[in-house]
Amino acid sequence: MQVPAQFEYERASSVEHAIALLARHGPEARVLAGGHSLIPMMKLRLAEPETLIDINDLSELAEIEVQGDELCIGAMARHADLLASEVAGSHYPILHDAEHVIADPVVRNRGTVGGSVCQADPSEDLSAAFAAIQATAVIQGADGTRTVSMREFFTGPYDTVVGPAELLVQLRVPIHPDGGSAYVKVERRVGDWPVAAVGAALRLGRRNKITDAGIGMTAVGAAHFVAAEAEAYLRGKPATEEHFAKAGEIAAAHCNPSADQRGPVDYKRHLAGELTRRALRGAAERAMARAV
Amino acid sequence: MTATQIPARVPTPTPTPVGYGSIPRKEDARFVRGRGSFVDDVQLPGMLYGAVLRSPYAHARIVSVDISAAEVHPKVRAVITGDMLDKRGMAWMPTLFGDVQAVLATDKVRFQGQEVAFVVAEDHYAARDALSLIEVEYEPLPALVDAKLALAPDAPLIRDDLDGRTDNHVFDWSAGNKAATDDAFATADVVAECEILYPRVHPAPMETCGAIASLDRVSGKLTVYATSQAPHAHRTMYAQVTGLPEHKIQIIAGDIGGGFGNKVAIYPAYVCAIVGSILTGCPVKWTEDRSENLMSTAFARDFHMHGEIAATSDGKILALRANVLADLGAFNGTAQPTKFPAGFFHMFTGSYDIAAAHCEVRSVHTNKAPGGVAYSCSFRIAEASYLLERMVDVLAHDLGMDPAQLRMRNLLRPEQFPYTCATGWEYDSGDYPTTLRLALEMAGYDELRREQAARREGGGDAPLMGIGLSFFTEAVGAGPRKMMDILGLGMADGAELRLHPTGKAVLRLSCMSQGQGHATTFAQIVSQELGISPDDIEVVEGDTDQTPFGLGTYGSRSTAVSGGAAVVVARKVRDRARIVAAAMLEALPDDLEWAEGRWQVKGVPSTGKAIAEIATAAHSGLELPEGVEGHLDATTVYNPPNLTYPYGAYVCVVDVDPGTGQVKVRRFVAVDDCGVRINPMIVEGQIHGGLADGVGMALMELMAFDANGNHLGASFMDYLLPTSMECPSWELGQTVSPSPHHPIGAKGIGESATVGSPAAVVNAVLDAIGVRHADMPLTPAHVWRAMQGRALRTDVALE
Repeated sequence: MQVPAQFEYERASSVEHAIALLARHGPEARVLAGGHSLIPMMKLRLAEPETLIDINDLSELAEIEVQGDELCIGAMARHADLLASEVAGSHYPILHDAEHVIADPVVRNRGTVGGSVCQADPSEDLSAAFAAIQATAVIQGADGTRTVSMREFFTGPYDTVVGPAELLVQLRVPIHPDGGSAYVKVERRVGDWPVAAVGAALRLGRRNKITDAGIGMTAVGAAHFVAAEAEAYLRGKPATEEHFAKAGEIAAAHCNPSADQRGPVDYKRHLAGELTRRALRGAAERAMARAV
Repeated sequence: MTATQIPARVPTPTPTPVGYGSIPRKEDARFVRGRGSFVDDVQLPGMLYGAVLRSPYAHARIVSVDISAAEVHPKVRAVITGDMLDKRGMAWMPTLFGDVQAVLATDKVRFQGQEVAFVVAEDHYAARDALSLIEVEYEPLPALVDAKLALAPDAPLIRDDLDGRTDNHVFDWSAGNKAATDDAFATADVVAECEILYPRVHPAPMETCGAIASLDRVSGKLTVYATSQAPHAHRTMYAQVTGLPEHKIQIIAGDIGGGFGNKVAIYPAYVCAIVGSILTGCPVKWTEDRSENLMSTAFARDFHMHGEIAATSDGKILALRANVLADLGAFNGTAQPTKFPAGFFHMFTGSYDIAAAHCEVRSVHTNKAPGGVAYSCSFRIAEASYLLERMVDVLAHDLGMDPAQLRMRNLLRPEQFPYTCATGWEYDSGDYPTTLRLALEMAGYDELRREQAARREGGGDAPLMGIGLSFFTEAVGAGPRKMMDILGLGMADGAELRLHPTGKAVLRLSCMSQGQGHATTFAQIVSQELGISPDDIEVVEGDTDQTPFGLGTYGSRSTAVSGGAAVVVARKVRDRARIVAAAMLEALPDDLEWAEGRWQVKGVPSTGKAIAEIATAAHSGLELPEGVEGHLDATTVYNPPNLTYPYGAYVCVVDVDPGTGQVKVRRFVAVDDCGVRINPMIVEGQIHGGLADGVGMALMELMAFDANGNHLGASFMDYLLPTSMECPSWELGQTVSPSPHHPIGAKGIGESATVGSPAAVVNAVLDAIGVRHADMPLTPAHVWRAMQGRALRTDVALE
């Protein structure tokens, strides 16, 4: 039977309280959100935090809404909330695409958006999706909030810019009426981590010229989960199958997958290209459908 | 609503109909209410908890084990090491196949996850905490991972515990007629060859393994609650291992959450729990976690096979040859009848009329967990069937023939039964062409081939469509005691049937349900024989103090062997009832006939006496004639005259994404012939489960190892089981060829679909991508690589 090592437990009653608890308990404290990564790691004793600070009472962090020209997603929104959110899906179908293929309904009912990105697993789906749509993280500490681009959020595997006495509270995404987005993933079995996955967001101008392109990739060792060279290649070009294929080749060439039992390097690199092409195609189709 | 408002509604009793049919499972009432009683549900007064310290290395010498810090943990009651067991003569225990296995390692560890020490503590948490206080110094040794290198001169020697052992060779074994086979190959038009791996997979039951050992120091009685598929065999083994007298050992297997062969063996930690109870005087519970289950308990398969098939140019199969390298892991713990070191693999001519066949099996040790036969394989027929059904497709590929046509051309014909195959198995009954035709009709085979041809014309990014077939025959119901035993225990099964004065019955069996629905099926068997409702028959299994001796449930043997016992014992009761009924009717027993569930004077239905009336009379003051002693109870031991031979024809349709290698199983048609079906719903449920197994093994399940012997599938994140999302809506059909030697013509179904389905899925995927062979599992990566002509070796770490 798997049982965790001993730990202390605190339940935060507000964001400020959570931050104060984090400050008091120091670097060996961990925030407990959905717990679907942390608790299994504790049961396997891969993680042995001294204190858990439970933020599940912070319902103020669970909102998904539009504020001004931004879509705002609270860090404690559950995967199931994001999947069910019409406002999120209408502006960014990529989020629904991704949530459909994250784990299974049981995990999605409990796991949170903020917890997923803070876990910073190199194969996290939402990390690629938020990189593609150029989201911004809102991080709160004792001295107030700061914002960081999701493209600068990750400092390495399982590591983020969120400090020991800070809390990710929200993700904000600019809304673009001329945009389309899509997410495609290859998994060995439903609910598995991706072998590779790619999210794409395109803004199209006149004659379907690409005015901005965001490509997020996960599980393939892309720096900051971004295919920056492929994005640069696409900007200013028409949204055509030929350009998407070329962008896929560029993305594949610039990522750095490592082999594991999900697949060898050559296959993952191939998928990076193939899925980039498919995600771009899906994003373009949606952008064009909106323009009609 | 308050209690008084609940309507006092007594359900109208509608008795379940007598006999066979798709009735709901009697045991589900407790399962759907969460009222099952599994080992981990059992709580005994004063119970302690065990945890196992396992080796992080696949191969290492143990320099020292320091338990001093763990022993002083305030909640720790005992710490057991290999040296302590050695002093009691218990450091090693016999395996199911005549080898020995370390209970706790003394000299070396031989696989990653091997048991090194056992902590007994007051709760699970303390037991786990104390594991980290044990200091073990290891001297790592080179690990032997690749079975193909096991006999190389520089291979590390794994079993230096055995006197005189100088290499990793375990046994060589062969079957069939080599000369006749060589002759047939020498003159054949066509010979197709292929290297085929059946990878190491795991039964992965939902409930992991566990045991509670409780030694009563006053009475000297040891009670073991255990996840056991074979409680009686376990009792005998515990007597051998512990030296306790067998009549002072009681095994209680409560509800079991799946076995599939994983719960046939006894595991080191069970023995440690017993020792823990001896040392502390308290009951000790040990239940393993998922990773422990996957890393250390009985695996399945791991057969590296070289197949050769000889045929005429128009597709008549002439001969079959197989050379197998079997990876047994560090100890030979295979569970199969003693006379068959490679199980029933030599039934590898399967369903076809093949005049000559010869197989050779060589087995070796590697630094992997022991086990060997598990996961619904019918004693290695899974391996044999997969090899053959792949080889037939390889031959079809080489000849450019349709695989359905090739199979139909070579299937055994009905008039050949009973049929003795080239390696000596005597098949009992079957009409194979009818079954294959039904499967092809249900699938719409010709239309599927037309659709496939049209799609291939289309090309582009569209999914590639594949159609795969498999036709399998199993030999199950081990077995005739003259031929078959495990550790010297003949494979016959006892049964006891008690009729209470009111005519209600209790059937006691030696086998053990793990979810197969024995409480229902066996009640229906007795119901059919005695004319009473299954509601009135209680089936008792799993408690060795309450049940007669027998070898347990695995190898699809419950219906075939214990089912036979249930019929025979019910008929004994019925014969006894005839004598009592005759006394009641003042007639001679010979003047009575059994009609519609009653004994009546021949031709006079109004005289009929039902079993319940007769049971009451048997317990009454009625003067009883010779031959009965005052009740109707009976016992028997059923020794099957032969194995039974269920078979089936499967058709799988897949779509493969050419850009990603992802496989979608579109359809699966399964026509099974398991003889007479007692509860068709339960039979279909067994088939559903087995088909899902097949999809799992064909597409995702795998235990691979890296060069250091690290297990790369040690959790359900890495060892993938299929879900409903990977499974189509199964399309089932049936034919019925009763077994002529089984008392009710039943053959057994438990493993059929697991044996037969992997080949159908693999054949479909390879048909889709136009590749002659690639090994399981056909993950997206592997399918894509196979499409590039660079199929992967799946049993090692990917690069």
